[in-house]
Amino acid sequence: MITKRIIPCLDVKNGRVVKGVNFQGLGDVDSPVRLAKMYSERGADELVFYDITASAEGRALFTDILTETARQVFIPLTVGGGINTVADFDRVLKCGADKVSVNSGAIRDPSLIGQAAKKYGDQCVVLSVDVKRVDGVFRVFAKGGRENTGLEALEWIRRGVGDGAGEVVVNSIDTDGVKQGFDLEMLEKVCEVAKVPVIASGGAGKIEDFLTLFQSIPGVDAGLAASIFHFGEVSISDLKQAMKAAGIPARV
Amino acid sequence: MTAIVDYGVGNLFSLRSSLEALGDAPKITADPAEILQADRVILPGVGAFADAAEKLRTTGLDLVVKEAAAAGRPLLGICLGMQLLFEKSMEYGEHPGLGLLAGTVRPIREILTEAGADPEGQLKIPQMGWNALRFRRESPLIKYLREGEYVYFVHSFAATGCEDSLIADTEYGAYLTACVGKGNVMGCQFHPEKSGQTGLRILQAFCEMERE
Repeated sequence: MITKRIIPCLDVKNGRVVKGVNFQGLGDVDSPVRLAKMYSERGADELVFYDITASAEGRALFTDILTETARQVFIPLTVGGGINTVADFDRVLKCGADKVSVNSGAIRDPSLIGQAAKKYGDQCVVLSVDVKRVDGVFRVFAKGGRENTGLEALEWIRRGVGDGAGEVVVNSIDTDGVKQGFDLEMLEKVCEVAKVPVIASGGAGKIEDFLTLFQSIPGVDAGLAASIFHFGEVSISDLKQAMKAAGIPARV
Repeated sequence: MTAIVDYGVGNLFSLRSSLEALGDAPKITADPAEILQADRVILPGVGAFADAAEKLRTTGLDLVVKEAAAAGRPLLGICLGMQLLFEKSMEYGEHPGLGLLAGTVRPIREILTEAGADPEGQLKIPQMGWNALRFRRESPLIKYLREGEYVYFVHSFAATGCEDSLIADTEYGAYLTACVGKGNVMGCQFHPEKSGQTGLRILQAFCEMERE
């Protein structure tokens, strides 16, 4: 049976992981390559590298570390951040990315998804969406969650998948950082419209949050989180064992 | 040296890196002489079957791959590269493959329907993610694996009618072909270069193979 995936996300700025990661007994580590290796060894099913650099120098450093990571880590790598054109897809795929996630770039130019899917295949294109409730409606937010685009999220996702996005990452701004669990209500609605893998993001604070996620919404394929893995609040190997014990298919 | 056949499909970065990590000196090449001189050959591939088969034909590399196989070189097809080893594919029409293995590539949805599996269409196509291997036959390709190990799949089509070469399958509503091999011609539907340590052990086993 196909397993539910657990995906740590690393924010990278100027080639280093932002804030670093504090693994027990290892102190502060900010080398993306070292971290990627550690996560891979500890059972991560996939890794997301998110480039939060704006400068050209930062971009070059990012592709350098991506190349180095892809040389040493043999699980799927997804890259996001600063993807605005098909040329950006090309740039990161050449450095060893397997999938490329688009967010603001697709909002600015909705044809980007279709262009990239045609050139690299649907499996390569991940639509990442930041969603927040506004007057009871799920809206798509841009610029790291600061700007309401007015787009209705479920319609936006349906359209993106129709254009060729092979996977959808849904980040709930309402639950992000609160650590009280994933946004189940929203994810359930997303799973109704997206017949491609759905990756839940935003709100995980403990192991039980992942168990609840997978048990209550069978359509969710993966859980993504950042700080709780980085700061050791949740260990991926413990999480995988707990999933297995709870009868959730997990790669242990 | 392992030759990775370069016919313009897919991203070969990880495949090359994983072979390098195993101490092999892989060469991504479209040069017939280089492919025929290699100790072993990998046929990669992602995308549509018809496009890839067409590219192999127009470059003449279809004949080169067949010649390498006929000469006893270990040949490993990966993902679409594995599907190309079969007689034909029913991916949007009927398209001939290399015919090195008996079998037909068909849509997963059709295979599920025939098996009476997933009547409500809950399973997503493509199968994307980590799934476990069930062994069907011994093979040097899986000599370093235990049954039940997980590998990474991305596919909407799967080989059928290949019982005579089936090494391992995987359960996705129905059992789907995961790994095949007959003599020196082998294939993985999954991506060993993306399947962590398990995948590396498959590639290592392949790299240890010599011409028959």
